[in-house]
Amino acid sequence: MSEGIVTAAYISATILFILALGGLSSPETAKRGNLYGISGMALALLATVAGVTANLEILFVGLLAGGSIGLVLAKRVQMTEMPELVAILHSLVGLAAVLVGFANFMDPARLQHYIGVELTIHDVETYFGILIGAVTFSGSVIAFGKLSGKITSKAMLLPARHWINLSLLIGSVWLCKSFVEQSTSGGGVIPLFIMTGIALLFGVHMVMAIGGADMPVVISMLNSYSGWAAAATGFMLSNDLLIVTGALVGSSGAILSYIMCRAMNRKFLSVIAGGFGTKSSGGSSSAEESGQGEVVEVEAAEVASLLVEAKEVMIIPGYGMAVAQAQHIVCEITKTLRAKKVNVRFGIHPVAGRMPGHMNVLLAEARVPYDIVYEMDEINADFPAVDVAVVIGANDIVNPSAQTDPDSPIAGMPVLECWKATTTIVLKRSMATGYAGVQNPLFFKENTRMLFGDAKSSLDIVSKNLG
Amino acid sequence: MKIGVPKEIHAGEKRVAATPDVAKQLIKLGFAVAIETDAGAAAHYSDAAYVEAGATVVKNAAEIWAESDIILKVRAPELHPVTKKEEVDLLHENQILITFLWPAQNPDLLQKLAQKKVTALSMDSIPRISRAQKMDALSSMANIAGYRAVVEAAQHFGRFFTGQITAAGKIPPAKVMVIGAGVAGLSAIGAAKSMGAIVRAFDTRAEVKEQVESMDAEFLELDFAEEGSGGGGYAKTMSKEFIAAEMALFAEQAKEVDIIITTALIPGKPAPELILEEMVASMKDGSVIVDLAGEQGGNCKLTKAGEVTQAHGVSIIGYTDLPSRLAAQSSQLYGTNLRHLLTDMCPKKDGNVVVDFDDEVVRGATVTKGGEITWPPPAPKLSAAPPKPAAPEKPPASPEKKTPSWAGPVIAFVVGAAALLGLGAVAPASFMAHFTVFVLACFIGYMVIWNVTAALHTPLMSVTNAISSIIILGAILQISSSETVIVWVTGFAVLITSINIAGGFAVTRRMLEMFRK
Repeated sequence: MSEGIVTAAYISATILFILALGGLSSPETAKRGNLYGISGMALALLATVAGVTANLEILFVGLLAGGSIGLVLAKRVQMTEMPELVAILHSLVGLAAVLVGFANFMDPARLQHYIGVELTIHDVETYFGILIGAVTFSGSVIAFGKLSGKITSKAMLLPARHWINLSLLIGSVWLCKSFVEQSTSGGGVIPLFIMTGIALLFGVHMVMAIGGADMPVVISMLNSYSGWAAAATGFMLSNDLLIVTGALVGSSGAILSYIMCRAMNRKFLSVIAGGFGTKSSGGSSSAEESGQGEVVEVEAAEVASLLVEAKEVMIIPGYGMAVAQAQHIVCEITKTLRAKKVNVRFGIHPVAGRMPGHMNVLLAEARVPYDIVYEMDEINADFPAVDVAVVIGANDIVNPSAQTDPDSPIAGMPVLECWKATTTIVLKRSMATGYAGVQNPLFFKENTRMLFGDAKSSLDIVSKNLG
Repeated sequence: MKIGVPKEIHAGEKRVAATPDVAKQLIKLGFAVAIETDAGAAAHYSDAAYVEAGATVVKNAAEIWAESDIILKVRAPELHPVTKKEEVDLLHENQILITFLWPAQNPDLLQKLAQKKVTALSMDSIPRISRAQKMDALSSMANIAGYRAVVEAAQHFGRFFTGQITAAGKIPPAKVMVIGAGVAGLSAIGAAKSMGAIVRAFDTRAEVKEQVESMDAEFLELDFAEEGSGGGGYAKTMSKEFIAAEMALFAEQAKEVDIIITTALIPGKPAPELILEEMVASMKDGSVIVDLAGEQGGNCKLTKAGEVTQAHGVSIIGYTDLPSRLAAQSSQLYGTNLRHLLTDMCPKKDGNVVVDFDDEVVRGATVTKGGEITWPPPAPKLSAAPPKPAAPEKPPASPEKKTPSWAGPVIAFVVGAAALLGLGAVAPASFMAHFTVFVLACFIGYMVIWNVTAALHTPLMSVTNAISSIIILGAILQISSSETVIVWVTGFAVLITSINIAGGFAVTRRMLEMFRK
């Protein structure tokens, strides 16, 4: 196929990808957007496969086998496991970037193709492609482990972790130099391998140091990395389609990370540097002071009657709802209440759950109509008019001390102001603190009622009593 | 320990200190419960129900008084009208008596109890702190009194409460004014409102305005600023000018409303006189006044405690036993209050109570112990109503707003430009062409992604995941190589990226299918 036609196909694919992302601006257009994405990918694949001259059988076996594995995965995955799936898929992109980089490096034609500065630039591109790919790969694998509970989700903090990171960085820059020098004479394999090892270590270390509730940032950051890895590979192969697509994905992930960080009122760097509350010791004392008070428990049956009598109900789901798989029963309750003319709405904090938009997907899975699911900024002002606010397995995102206590580790973090509702019901397994380790004064407020126990079984009883 | 529940001997008292339900829960806590025959009969709790709950029914009152470690009652001990025996004399040393004692009004009784070395807890002395709300029998009874007041008013009022338009003509809704929006007042507002009346309420404490309005009633306000909150959630006596303004308001309202329910009380003082005779005279014929302060002298000049009187065509109800008139309900709530208190006093749940003076609630309620009068208790630490903000509250944490420095962007701009120039100086043209594409693509991505709705962030991640697998092109471009290693490495890369492509798009599709209106 002529070069021109291939380029034309690539341009069309690029446009289709941009349309795919643009389609996600609303649920109505999103399905069409996904179709654009699929056709873009198909077009790009067709144009490229047409240029393959040998080993077609391996290519097709790979495509078909991989494709069917992917389809099966996508069919089987539980919606609560979405963060895990996304993490493991990211790791595959990272691994592919490493493999493609190595394959490119091993190609003997490389030295004839590039000379002088071009060779240096090409080598640096290869080097970076592999580096980012390896970090993405190992980081995503660890993130997957943490999300699926195979690795403890607590932040693992090595004593001199900032120094370790710094030395790893300096080490990889130095290795880059020696790799470029050696590669002109045909060598450079050893620094490349060492660097890959370092990058893998770095990825592991970076994600290990980040705790469970910072996972939305990590996932979107890894999403961004997988994009940058594709872009670096694009530079290496002088392929504009890869560069554009990689840049799109990279900036998408970067924006998501930014949104997540802003929702937690934290600096991106401090999240990546790992650990929450390295300076929280000062805050805990004041939290203890304000934490004194009486918690009022409530029975599930009472919750049911409160809900039935209410006119405005706001449900605030958190990670606890995902853990307890309570989204279906939440939807049941929503339906029953709406049939009784109770206006039920959902308020979603941007970092609720373990990945951006996690709660929305869970609620959508349970068939909660998306037009009653609101973002924090849309509904935060409505709480004074709400009769009953139901907090399901959330803690830090509804903590009033973020607004009232300047010493709190979460001070300044935007929170859902559920305590302004007439009554707030908090479903929780125990009085344990949330991820930030901060006591939540919400639980001690006079209009707060605690319903202890597993969210799903508690809500089952509530649902039965709605009658 | 053994709990005894004697039958109330006060004339007309229908309540009982423990219902079968409460008895059952007390037995669960490890207590043995004995109840006098027919103790619950007036509140429609039969002896059989108590037996079923696990309590023993005892014929003889004296036996209960003699053999129980804890006596639960509603009314303070008094002279038995038939046997002419003082109930106090039936008590013995170290016995625990829990009931309404009104220690301020009954100093002689306290003296007697102390002499007998009885540990007496008075339910009306439970401090009004949030932890003790579940044992607050005064609130329970006030709630019932408020409800019953409306029922009594309806009984004596010759018309509907709710307005209707019928074929036979239009019926205006009744207008109810509630004075004093405490527990009883709010309960009365709720009951009257749910019967369809137009309800107005007045209270000297401005803080209750919100509560009144939350019940859909109108809060009457004076054009006069004085805070009437007297600590402990009660009102205090107001200044002369305030009272004059208040009386003018009542006089004006009296001409208009059909029913007045007064609940104004000031602790330790006779009830304030709010409805004067000329106001009663100005009311419409057939109107009703329910005076919940009858026992303390009445808020209305013409109230006679315990009776219904007629004056100027207005029925004035001065019943002092409203909770007893709803005996089943009030017994249940009072019994539950007692149970909560006993639960707190019995931390090991082994049927043994501890009178722990470190417990603020128990300390507050205990009026005699070990031969001494322990009333009044030291002042409670907390008030149920929010105390006047003593210390000025810290202003809410507002992040310091720095005026954006102009230096930051400028430096970033200069550094960026320098880096670009430096790159352009060394890099070959082909690289710069790709770099242009890269930078522009980043900006397109930036613009497009900000438009993505937050609800679709997860599908966004899975779809970007799928399209970032475009890296498969890199593998395909190299798969035609003659080197076997490269073929296998790229072949493997094709395999895993196609997992990603198929999986990413398919799962995105699955998720998007789920989003529906």
